[in-house]
Amino acid sequence: MSENKEVIYGLYNDETELLRAVKEANSQQLEIMDVFTPFPVHGLDALLHLSESRLHEGGFVYGLLGTLTAFLGMTWIFTKDWPIVIGGKPYWSVPAFIPITFEMTVLFAAWGMTITCYIICGLGPGITNKVLDDRITDDKFCIAFNKSSIGDVNKVNDFFRSTGAAEVNSKVM
Amino acid sequence: MSVIVSPFREPLIRGGKTYHQITEDLCAATERAPSLAWTIAFAVAGAALSFGSFCIIWTIWVGIGSWNLNRTIGWGWDITNFVWWIGIGHAGTLISAILLLFRQKWRTGVNRAAEAMTIFAVICAALFPGIHVGRMWVIYFFFPYPNTRGPLWPNFNSPLLWDLFAISTYFSVSLLFWYTGLVPDFATVRDRAKGFRKKFYNFLSFGWTGSAKHWQRWESLSLVLAGISTPLVLSVHTIVSFDFATSVIPGWHTTIFPPYFVAGAIFSGFAMVQTLMLITRKVLKLEDYITVEHIESMNKVILLTGTIVGVAYLTELFIAWYSGYVYEQFAFFNRALGPYWWAYFGMMTCNVLSPQLFWIRKFRRSIYWTFLMSIFVNIGMWFERFVIIATSLARDYLPSSWSLYRPTWVEVGIFIGTLGIFFTFYLIFVRVAPVVAIAEVKAILKSVGDQYETKNDAIAIEAAKNPPVHLEEEEHAHH
Repeated sequence: MSENKEVIYGLYNDETELLRAVKEANSQQLEIMDVFTPFPVHGLDALLHLSESRLHEGGFVYGLLGTLTAFLGMTWIFTKDWPIVIGGKPYWSVPAFIPITFEMTVLFAAWGMTITCYIICGLGPGITNKVLDDRITDDKFCIAFNKSSIGDVNKVNDFFRSTGAAEVNSKVM
Repeated sequence: MSVIVSPFREPLIRGGKTYHQITEDLCAATERAPSLAWTIAFAVAGAALSFGSFCIIWTIWVGIGSWNLNRTIGWGWDITNFVWWIGIGHAGTLISAILLLFRQKWRTGVNRAAEAMTIFAVICAALFPGIHVGRMWVIYFFFPYPNTRGPLWPNFNSPLLWDLFAISTYFSVSLLFWYTGLVPDFATVRDRAKGFRKKFYNFLSFGWTGSAKHWQRWESLSLVLAGISTPLVLSVHTIVSFDFATSVIPGWHTTIFPPYFVAGAIFSGFAMVQTLMLITRKVLKLEDYITVEHIESMNKVILLTGTIVGVAYLTELFIAWYSGYVYEQFAFFNRALGPYWWAYFGMMTCNVLSPQLFWIRKFRRSIYWTFLMSIFVNIGMWFERFVIIATSLARDYLPSSWSLYRPTWVEVGIFIGTLGIFFTFYLIFVRVAPVVAIAEVKAILKSVGDQYETKNDAIAIEAAKNPPVHLEEEEHAHH
């Protein structure tokens, strides 16, 4: 959120009111900038037309990377770089490589996904994002509109009033 | 939100809470000055930690000779404690990951603290393999990195190296999982704080805003982390059991070890969760969030896993006899009636007999009995590890090399030190982070909160009639 934009936002007291309001906004074709809630509200994603997160696909790729790193790494080390006979077993002892291959798969998938998630969300240590209202992480459910992308401010105010918003404010982000 | 609520289930959140009250209740512990009880507990834990650190320095300075290990008994209290601690960690991942996959809502009351416990227990566990090698300053030789010694690589066929990978992966993935859950709650604390605390919690909260897309990704991340943590947690104690099972020592070389160790780990972990949570809920006044239902659910897990462990003990005895292999038979005869009979007796009493009390509902729901039992199980599981390790080694193939083992003050001191590390970290955790997952509790409030229960029944019936969206019916459900 680098550019300065003015945001009009309404706070609701309950997630059912919020969901109803989002539905209403959809039917009035008001373009919602974002919705902020204290906890994940189920059913909201569909109403906001948010496509399913593809994070888990990333997780699969990272996991595969871990599998290959571990398995090919051990293969190269024990057959090419420094072949060594251990307990009379073959150099390429595939069953013995399984535990480490599994652990590395999990390690890569978990770290890869987590880091990706924070990067695409724009979150991380030392990052400060402006918050619209301190009570959003407590008990308020917020619908925010970007003032410049909605033509008529009164329409938004009417919308908030009719859907039962407890408070309506604006803030420059 | 409308979930089918069983009329037979007790509510999981009591006291007619609103969202704001949940925030108030769960942030309170981080916002007030420490109580006298906390300060005393912290001082005691800190003293134990300091003594343990002294004993570790002593071990490194003097060498492993300061322990009572000998040519016959190469593993004693060190590996006993290692396996005990790593087992304790397993309950946290079970609660946070496996119960998430099974959609068990009671997990939200205890998952945060249990995951914290996992992380601290793994730290305590990882200490022992680190120091028991003797030359701790070259501990990095364990890791496969290109080096100037050849490059000489570690032995990837060794279960001890598998263990290194398992424990490090387990620690770091548990940490990610735990911290991801904490981020929104740190934001809640941040938005209530002023001055330096605000800056501090802003750093911890990663700039969390609560945007809908972020929540979606957060849930996706949590679910996949749970999905991969589930086989991970099973693999960790399986690999720990490989440390023993892949050897040729009678009493260790058994195929039953992996499932038996995993069940034992969950068993001991839940006992430690009970010990900690019963104190925490009392001191922090969290009785509305960690209810008798939670305690009973965990006691059921203790009963199940304790019984699995009991079956494993009996199976071991049976197979030892049935195998017709004299060394194996002797190992088990010696385990029960040899010089360490008292440890075997303690293990059997604490782990197999005592949890059977939990067949009776009254005991499962009694705070007093639960606490007592959790201590029993903690002790019993420590004995189990000691029995497996010490009795198997003490009487090996050659009677001329038979030996006995008792720990020195240094070994006992290091164990006390790990208890100190564990409780010091836990005490800091309850001061810094919300002990109960705030956002997750709010998300389940309407399906398990006492003020909504009966109303939701009506909503659920409505919802079953006209499936997808049923917002209007819920209108009356708030306030």
